[in-house]
Amino acid sequence: MTTGTTIGTSVIRREDARLITGNATYVDDIKLLGMAHMAIVRSPHAHANILNVDVTRAANAPGVAAVFTGADIQEQLGSLPAGWVLPDMKMPNHPPIAFERVRYVGDAVAVVVAETPQAAADAVGLVDVDYEDLPAVVNAEEATQEGAPQLHDDAPGNVDFEWEVGGGDYEAASADAEVVVRQRLINQRLIPNPIEERGVVADYNRGTNQITLWTSTQIPHLVRLLFSAVTGHPEHQVRVVAPEVGGGFGCKLYIYAEEVICGVVAKILARPIKWISGRQEGYLATTHGRDHIADVEMCGNRDGTITGIKTTVYANLGAYLSTFAPGIPTVLFGFTLGGPYRMPNVSCKVYGVFTNTTPVDAYRGAGRPECTYVIERLVDMFSQEVGRDPVAVRRKNFIPRFSNGHEVSTGVTYDSGNYGPALDRALEILDYRGFREEQRAARREGRLLGVGLSSYVEICGIAPSAVAASLGAGAGLWESSTVRVHPTGKVAVYTGTSPHGQGHQTSFTQIASSELGVPLEDVEVFHGDTDKQQMGTGTFGSRSVAVGGTALYMSLQKVVEKAKRIAAHQMDVPHRQVTFENGVFYVEDIQERQMSWGDVVGEAYAAKNLPPQMEPGLEAVTFFDPENFTWPFGTHIAVVEVDPDTGETKVLRYIAVDDVGNVINPMIVDGMVHGGVAQGIGQALQEQAVYSENGQLLSGSMMDYAVPTAEDIPSYETDRTVTPTRVNPLGVKGAGETGTIACSPAVVNAAVDALSHLGVKHLDMPLTSEKMWRSVRDAKAALRAVRRERAIAGRASN
Amino acid sequence: MTTSIASPFEYHSPETVEEASRLLSRYGGGARLLAGGHSLLPLMKLRLASPEALIDLGRIGGLSYIREDDGGLAIGAMTTYAEIVRSELAAAAAPALAEAAGEVADTPVRNAGTIGGSLAHADPAGDLPAVVLALDAELVARSARASRSIPADRFFRDFMTTALRGNEVLTEIRVPGQGASSGSAYAKLANKASHYAVVGVAAAVRVEDGVCTSARIGITGAGPHAVRSRRAERILVGKAPGESSIRAAAQRGGVELAGQFNEDVHASAEYREDMARVFTGRALAAAFERAMG
Ligand SMILES: Cc1cc2nc3c(=O)[nH]c(=O)nc-3n(C[C@H](O)[C@H](O)[C@H](O)COP(=O)(O)OP(=O)(O)OC[C@H]3O[C@@H](n4cnc5c(N)ncnc54)[C@H](O)[C@@H]3O)c2cc1C
Repeated sequence: MTTGTTIGTSVIRREDARLITGNATYVDDIKLLGMAHMAIVRSPHAHANILNVDVTRAANAPGVAAVFTGADIQEQLGSLPAGWVLPDMKMPNHPPIAFERVRYVGDAVAVVVAETPQAAADAVGLVDVDYEDLPAVVNAEEATQEGAPQLHDDAPGNVDFEWEVGGGDYEAASADAEVVVRQRLINQRLIPNPIEERGVVADYNRGTNQITLWTSTQIPHLVRLLFSAVTGHPEHQVRVVAPEVGGGFGCKLYIYAEEVICGVVAKILARPIKWISGRQEGYLATTHGRDHIADVEMCGNRDGTITGIKTTVYANLGAYLSTFAPGIPTVLFGFTLGGPYRMPNVSCKVYGVFTNTTPVDAYRGAGRPECTYVIERLVDMFSQEVGRDPVAVRRKNFIPRFSNGHEVSTGVTYDSGNYGPALDRALEILDYRGFREEQRAARREGRLLGVGLSSYVEICGIAPSAVAASLGAGAGLWESSTVRVHPTGKVAVYTGTSPHGQGHQTSFTQIASSELGVPLEDVEVFHGDTDKQQMGTGTFGSRSVAVGGTALYMSLQKVVEKAKRIAAHQMDVPHRQVTFENGVFYVEDIQERQMSWGDVVGEAYAAKNLPPQMEPGLEAVTFFDPENFTWPFGTHIAVVEVDPDTGETKVLRYIAVDDVGNVINPMIVDGMVHGGVAQGIGQALQEQAVYSENGQLLSGSMMDYAVPTAEDIPSYETDRTVTPTRVNPLGVKGAGETGTIACSPAVVNAAVDALSHLGVKHLDMPLTSEKMWRSVRDAKAALRAVRRERAIAGRASN
Repeated sequence: MTTSIASPFEYHSPETVEEASRLLSRYGGGARLLAGGHSLLPLMKLRLASPEALIDLGRIGGLSYIREDDGGLAIGAMTTYAEIVRSELAAAAAPALAEAAGEVADTPVRNAGTIGGSLAHADPAGDLPAVVLALDAELVARSARASRSIPADRFFRDFMTTALRGNEVLTEIRVPGQGASSGSAYAKLANKASHYAVVGVAAAVRVEDGVCTSARIGITGAGPHAVRSRRAERILVGKAPGESSIRAAAQRGGVELAGQFNEDVHASAEYREDMARVFTGRALAAAFERAMG
């Protein structure tokens, strides 16, 4: 029974006060008695044999407690596993500290433990490592070619897996098609930039054999499981705590070398160990995202009907498999290649390739931005080729409205969709016709103005465990909750999700408050401590509300159900006659028969007059595993202007119309869209991780890696349509990643549109000012050459 | 390499310039002066610089001011960008300076970074070196015993190398009066990551009786150090300013750097070469507008 007063309202975020007043506890705020500090000696070579590691000077340096090489403790450290296993995938060894060979700049070769962070940092420079340099490869396509340096003996040709998905018959469709457009697309490598870098504090209790890890992670429960699996330390004697976590964007979604090393070293030395990553260190040692080289094509007919899409992707995995790496460029990329369109024929082949670079894994959107980029660039190229408006082509090919499942050719079933209205609303906000007129006028003045669309469907609510397992997931992906009602009626919610900026404390409180009719202040949400919460999965893939929120909703239902039985017993009526609304249990038509929430909870604990056989207390646990993913969608539009002299490209307007199903807190969802779009603009215009040919990270700091700032983004115009899902009772789909998923192709399409009259058909991200300057210059030169030739030909024929 | 913790160093906070200079001599090259710290400390945290000692200029009184000086400006070396941006005096007497200071990085950097630190550091992509070249400034350097004045034209010697001697402290920047009907401006293509200049151009011009009687152009970001663009200046002097003369001058913006244009992850030499032209044109157009407006 929903009392429904606070679901759907923009409740101010409950977590913000402590965050902005410096009262939040992050990993680096944790200080334990006797704590030592760890620093890591990292390889400056992208690929080299380790001939010798001499720690004598470091071990004797002032303040140094211990130095360990990979060879010293390889037994205890084990090998980091991949948690997503594809058919015929190779599983090369991934030692937390390298001991024979280093495979990327930043690979750990030794650790120094000292009394202060300063002493540890000083001693790092005193560890003498002899390397024998080996040739390196950084480009995924080149890595598969003959003669390329080989990273792992058990992955010949550096190919970790070849993965395929499809539906229909693309080759037949393209043979029949009137038009086929083809393009090579580079989806460049990005570096995630949460404000808080990673960090770990590990403590070992010799008396109880308990290891406690405080770590900046999105998945404390899985870290416990994997830590135990890797080190052999029993799982019930491992506690993992994710305290306040300052952002993640996917890069804190894994078991990391440093978590294992800190835990093991704390156990060996029997003292607390702290390791905190600096920003530059994070750029080397925390996962990167994207990095696809894709050959893509789309076929269809001159009337604008699209009949198929094909992609062949070289996905760069970096030097080793990160925990979820194999799932990102495959499952989260290939299944939605039809997008919101009727796409009868899909062909997708992905090569997962090792290179001498930092490992690549999920980054906000994780596979779906890469997928949407392929589809939406192709739709624009196809529209241009058939000479039709990109809006009309999109509309013509949309899957018609459906509310209870639609199976697409790749075999997955979208939950609900109604794609036209989101597109219409976005066009209305823009005034599409008006803009086209403005664009024509601007062109006459030599200004370069463009508009770009991106209509998308994505996979959220990453869960259905059986489905995920059949696709390679190594762990169940359900979510869990406990609702514990205290005798005074206050409510503690324990969720298995692990928020790190998303505002769960607010939205989960709203769900509880709505269902129980208690004020927001009477609810507290606890998360991120494996000793406090039941096993959970974590926060990623826009799953927390759709899966974890539902688990919470179901526990609340159980609590209400029990409370109603108690109330019925107390009021001496059959329990079906009891209604619960706004925190009051009452019997229809009998005014005097009612009990407050507090009275009923009090009875549950007083236990002096409970229904026969009923246990005392008021608490419920739920593990929820939905039957399907959820499939948000929408249309984003970007308007850009390119400076013809400098190439500087500015996003003038950005319109986002998303459909994430029902919305619990509109302000939080808007914030999610805003942040995601900023990151999408960052990818489209300016972010890129650049490696030199020999594997040095050239964009190795924030002075060189261009994270967007307020100056680089416009004031957004957002709206929503609402198409609830039937996959969960809340009707929510997930709203964490739509921004990055939809944005980049909208911006690139706009930039290509701005230069289209000069003959430009495609531009690879990022659209740096130099790249745009070059495109404008070359396109103008080509036009001039054509005109000159025409003039000469004209003269000759006269 | 990956640390963000500086090597150990000694720390001094002298109260006079003389004492600071003596400390510099005492360490014989092993010490560095500390001003706003926004160039030096990042280098130290990355251990790209590991000085034996830091000599903090923050306790020395009287190094932070902007005052009128003989029709021009005298600016203390420890004056921050933010102070320059807020100064009406600077805005009136040397708009290019105020403009450039306002375009340095972001608010926190502008609140800490100093004009003296920027010039002494001589980062090839720093904004202010171009401005002092265009404004024909004099840079006052003091040691324990002596004081001398170095024309901006002779200050920037090479990549991060200036005319300052090992025991000298830069104490003041003197910007001469630019005269009536003069104008100056700064135009910059900022690196998206750091905001440093990919190319930055400062121009200072004077127009008398409809004719350009003086033009000075400083270019930063494009080459190993900030330079004057004399070939472009020469085109302007003696002519009536206008679109065509600006265009002709802009065509020669930065030609002095031919073969020496920087090339890095942010921009190729070819792009910088063209941006030197584009931003020379933009800075000149704005400077002339101020001169004649
Ligand atoms: C994120 C970031 C972005 C930046 N972006 C820009 C930008 O867009 N444009 C730009 O121009 N700069 C930029 N900078 C650099 C900034 O402007 C620095 O503050 C400036 O270059 C140095 O000034 P400082 O006072 O901080 O000097 P410090 O860092 O303290 O010193 C720099 C050097 O100069 C020496 N020095 C300092 N003062 C004196 C003196 N009085 N006499 C002799 N030697 C002295 C020091 O010994 C040291 O070697 C940026 C810096 C950061 C951190």
